[in-house]
Amino acid sequence: MAWFKRQSGELDASGEKKIRTEGLWVKCEGCRQIIWKKDLEENLNVCPKCGKHFRIDARTRLANLFDNGEYETFSDNLASTDPLKFVDLKPYSERLKRAQEETGLTDAVINGRGTLNGRPIVISAMEYSFIGGSMGSVVGEVITRAVEDALASKRPLIIISASGGARMMEGVLSLMQLAKISAALAKLDEARVPYVSVLTDPTTGGVTASFAMLGDLNIAEPGALIGFAGPRVIEQTIRQKLPPGFQRSEFLLEHGMLDAVVHRKEMKGYISRALDFMMPAAS
Amino acid sequence: MKTVDITAVLTGAQLMVSMVETRRSARNGDGLNGNAPAPQELEKIEQQLGNLEALGGQSAEVRKEIYDLRERIIMLRKEISHREAWIKTELARHPQRPYFLDYVEKLFTDFSEIHGDRHYADDPAMVCGMARFHGEEVLVLGTQKGRDMKQKVHRNFGLPNPEGYRKALRAMHIAQKFSRPIFTFVDVTGANPGLGAEERGQAEAIALNLREMARLQVSIITTITGEGGSGGALAIAVSDRVLMMENAVYSVISPEGCASIMWRDATKKELAAEALRITAPDLMELGCIDAIVPEPPGGAHTDPDMAAKLVDEALQRHFSELKKMPAKELVASRYDKFRKMAQYFTEK
Ligand SMILES: [Zn+2]
Repeated sequence: MAWFKRQSGELDASGEKKIRTEGLWVKCEGCRQIIWKKDLEENLNVCPKCGKHFRIDARTRLANLFDNGEYETFSDNLASTDPLKFVDLKPYSERLKRAQEETGLTDAVINGRGTLNGRPIVISAMEYSFIGGSMGSVVGEVITRAVEDALASKRPLIIISASGGARMMEGVLSLMQLAKISAALAKLDEARVPYVSVLTDPTTGGVTASFAMLGDLNIAEPGALIGFAGPRVIEQTIRQKLPPGFQRSEFLLEHGMLDAVVHRKEMKGYISRALDFMMPAAS
Repeated sequence: MKTVDITAVLTGAQLMVSMVETRRSARNGDGLNGNAPAPQELEKIEQQLGNLEALGGQSAEVRKEIYDLRERIIMLRKEISHREAWIKTELARHPQRPYFLDYVEKLFTDFSEIHGDRHYADDPAMVCGMARFHGEEVLVLGTQKGRDMKQKVHRNFGLPNPEGYRKALRAMHIAQKFSRPIFTFVDVTGANPGLGAEERGQAEAIALNLREMARLQVSIITTITGEGGSGGALAIAVSDRVLMMENAVYSVISPEGCASIMWRDATKKELAAEALRITAPDLMELGCIDAIVPEPPGGAHTDPDMAAKLVDEALQRHFSELKKMPAKELVASRYDKFRKMAQYFTEK
């Protein structure tokens, strides 16, 4: 229920990986130590003591990767029409409105154009704080447009995932986004335009089962939850405790599902190096 | 761990719930016979309302009564449509509903199975093979549930492991190499909540199928025969034609899973079923499928031969249309279909 708890203005129910916006210090859920907030921020929101990667928003992610933190957004005006007129305990339209007010975004993703170590590039970054980074018609369309933009401009594409999966409130329309984005990625693949998928905490459900796993390289931040079915359901089904670190980045790396686990500090360098390998030298 | 839990429920809770549910309905045979009095009441009230309105020049009292009747009609209609989505869910899961291999037997000849993903195992929950459809060489593949408990376990309740999706893709590549059309059949509850499925990358397996099916150079026709459960269904349904049987359902999550997340109460499954818009007419209206295949009155399980005949007619019609299209055109129009699908947004 974390997504909705957040909307009522409280901290994430889990308490973990959330940065308190008030106060000068935070408690790291990784090592339980108290860290000066300033130290944490200067360290890209990675705990200086234990290396735990805190969740960061889409804008910060874009700023971390683009040169001088500068980029131009595009396809940033799409908003869901609530096609199913979905109402559960609360109307979806209200959840949308609230998320839009809280994040200043129209939905759970931002497309940006800019340069990475001088090389023109397209980055699409998901925003987990917008209804759990869930993917409905808008997220599907905006990411597809990022793919198409990369295809048309021959700029490499980076997609940074942070999502609970498909957005239930748009039903099967959310499911169809998986097919749409994956089909667009087939074209990008054929055109040999590089695509690097960056998986961050958490990346699950339909996002993992589509574009997040379709990069030429699939790389993840340390400790990120990555999976299709969720750990609790698996635990209940098999009736035994899951092995420690199950569905975390390092677990996936060990099982051959990731190309690399990359520290946030090294992310830009790793991507840059990968693009050197995949493309002619930047001019 | 709460955050983790959400995802958990979203992507998999439906499985267990619905497996339990299926067993329960199998035991009690409930749901299908529990005829709601709502339709009869609705008819009666509509008549009453008509009579009242016909009187004209109503008093305040009569107007109040008309108002009340209208409210009741709205409520009853809602109740009926809730039940409709739920009744279809139960029909789609009916233990006697024809499964994939029943259709293989009735619609195809000379079926020769193709086993294994060449990496890890053969997955009995996904069955692939060469076959002939009215004499023509085709590839046929689909998810297979089991009929009795032994078969259910053998088929893992029709829940593929990653090897199943990889086997399907391998078989589809063989079909492409030899220019043979592909027929797929979907009847799958949803994500596989197993340790192994995660360890061996079911997400990657599904993702790869989506991308590769989008560019396969042969025609693909999919029939959703029972449950079209989220990514597991889509993994064999990125097709030129997606047909859905009249009582099949196709959804991003099971009604139970949705109810337990959004209503925090799994018993709200009927409400969730309606809200999710999972029936064939819903999918048609939302532009996510290409045709609805009618079923015998009472559902496919009441007359499997008739059900197969109706599927056969639909397949033949769509197949003959697709045969006229060159491979390039097929791939382009398939791409176009999915590209334009489900675009429900405004651009401010
Ligand atoms: Zn720490």
